[in-house]
Amino acid sequence: MRLLGLYNYWVVIVLMMVGFYTIIARDNLVKKLIGLSIFQTSVFMLYISMGRIHGGTAPILMEGTDVVYSNPLPHVLILTAIVVGVATTAVGLSLVIRINEAYGTVEEDEIHSQDESL
Amino acid sequence: MSAHLPVLLIVVPLLAAPLAALVRHPRGSWVVALGASWWALGVSIALLMRVLADGTISYEIGGWAAPWGIEYRIDVANAFVLLIVSGIGAVVTPYARVSVEREVEAARIPLFHTAFILCLTGLLGIAVTGDVFNVFVFLEISSLSAYALIALGQDRRALTSAYQYLVMGSVGATFIVIGIGLLYVMTGTLNMADLAVRLPEVAATRTIPVAFAFLTVGICLKLALFPLHLWLPNAYTFAPSSVTAFIASTATKVAVYMLLRFFFTVFGAAFSFDVMQLDMVLMPLALVAIVSMSLVAIYQQNAKRLLAYSSLAQIGYMILGISLASVTGVTAGILHLFNHALMKGALFMTLGCVMYRVGSVRVEAMAGLGKTMPWTMAAFVIGGLSLIGVPLTVGFVSKWYLVLAALEQGLWPLAVVVLLGSLLAVMYVWKVVEVAYFQPPPDGDPPAEAPLSLLVPTWALVVANLYFGIDAKLTAGVAMRAAEALLGVGQ
Repeated sequence: MRLLGLYNYWVVIVLMMVGFYTIIARDNLVKKLIGLSIFQTSVFMLYISMGRIHGGTAPILMEGTDVVYSNPLPHVLILTAIVVGVATTAVGLSLVIRINEAYGTVEEDEIHSQDESL
Repeated sequence: MSAHLPVLLIVVPLLAAPLAALVRHPRGSWVVALGASWWALGVSIALLMRVLADGTISYEIGGWAAPWGIEYRIDVANAFVLLIVSGIGAVVTPYARVSVEREVEAARIPLFHTAFILCLTGLLGIAVTGDVFNVFVFLEISSLSAYALIALGQDRRALTSAYQYLVMGSVGATFIVIGIGLLYVMTGTLNMADLAVRLPEVAATRTIPVAFAFLTVGICLKLALFPLHLWLPNAYTFAPSSVTAFIASTATKVAVYMLLRFFFTVFGAAFSFDVMQLDMVLMPLALVAIVSMSLVAIYQQNAKRLLAYSSLAQIGYMILGISLASVTGVTAGILHLFNHALMKGALFMTLGCVMYRVGSVRVEAMAGLGKTMPWTMAAFVIGGLSLIGVPLTVGFVSKWYLVLAALEQGLWPLAVVVLLGSLLAVMYVWKVVEVAYFQPPPDGDPPAEAPLSLLVPTWALVVANLYFGIDAKLTAGVAMRAAEALLGVGQ
């Protein structure tokens, strides 16, 4: 039961490994960026999960003193991290576009073979 | 006004960046960049003087008190790092005007200066902040702009090396965020000073060592410690000359500072070195980096790539000093951080001069430059001597402290490796010097000496190399106080 209770964290670990494996194993530059996005998203879920408090409600101020709130700070941090993630993906994709213009391909092995023949 | 200097150091360049983009005129945006970088240098000098006189500065952003709000906390260690980052920025910006006009398309120059200021802002921000999540945000500001800057290189391989750096850099940054998240979940705080107080209570759990491991790998990726260095040689080789000069002398140095800050201030030297035995990991890697990267440098045919591999070896020296975890060792590490920025800045700027006149930085293309570009090559020779560690240059001062720190702990084999590294440095510096001075220039029009707008900033750094090599009292004194502050002794 205890393992099931950590369901969120299992998802985080699986996504993290899927993303990381994609970054390492794929030759296609776009697929590598997809892997990078999945990898980063898993960290977002890690942060959001840790903000959850048992029996906690949304962190909006309510009447009474015995109200338990979820921790909003990790969510705020992740808003920043999402922006960073979007920016990283955007810069990465624009680099891929320019690589495609310069080499005519987005496959890593073909790029390498072109540079060696220079 | 002067109470707000810590935040103005960041805010002014951050606002200057979009302004430089809006100006849209190459020369106009350069003026904005120049103003921002000189402002940063002025503020950094003022902050260092204040820290040396009055002790640590704590600034609360928006007036929110420290453990909840974001705190900018400046002690001797980061004031010293701020000085070197802004100093290099202030020297490279004047240099960049002419160099960039030659190497980057006119339409992209305003964006070049925008990215350049953003990169400077990010690096300064990492050094100034006392909040671990803020470190990550500034790290990404500096990294994203660095990817864009590297991609502006002329060769199409600049694009692939920027891409490679982006993927590896983002993985490193994500590792750092995971580490920070795990620290937060155990302590409920992001403030460095507060973390340092709360971590010992929970240090025995499994989460903290895992956080420590994630942070170590993430930061070592960013500072390009062997074997996590694969992004660096290509990025340095294909970036525009002024970008290489700036990034080579600041980006990895700030990452070294992050390492110091996390392991000494946040985790504490006792946890990092006694419990986690970080020295058992860092020291062998540093030694391998010094020897293997110097050997690889000797076989390079491109002078920029040669210096890039030499940088990897020099990072080994910094990490070696830090891994000794003594006051002298950390002093040597911090001192080499400062000194290496001076020498690599000067050396990469001379290569920028060569690129400007000759159009190539391959070693064979530099034949005869000793006669045709005497001032440029003289700067290269002095920078090279500094890299080797000849007395009267800064390189000697930091190697002296490093050898001293090794002998202090009776680790004389380390001193031998340091000296071996210097011998290898003689070989790779000589490789360039030999071609430039003892081979006849190729037939045809000899290249003219580099223009003054490139030579003056280059020589400013060369003179700094000599000045701080002869009068090391200031740098060594500040570095030692920084090391004492980090290790929590003295004062």
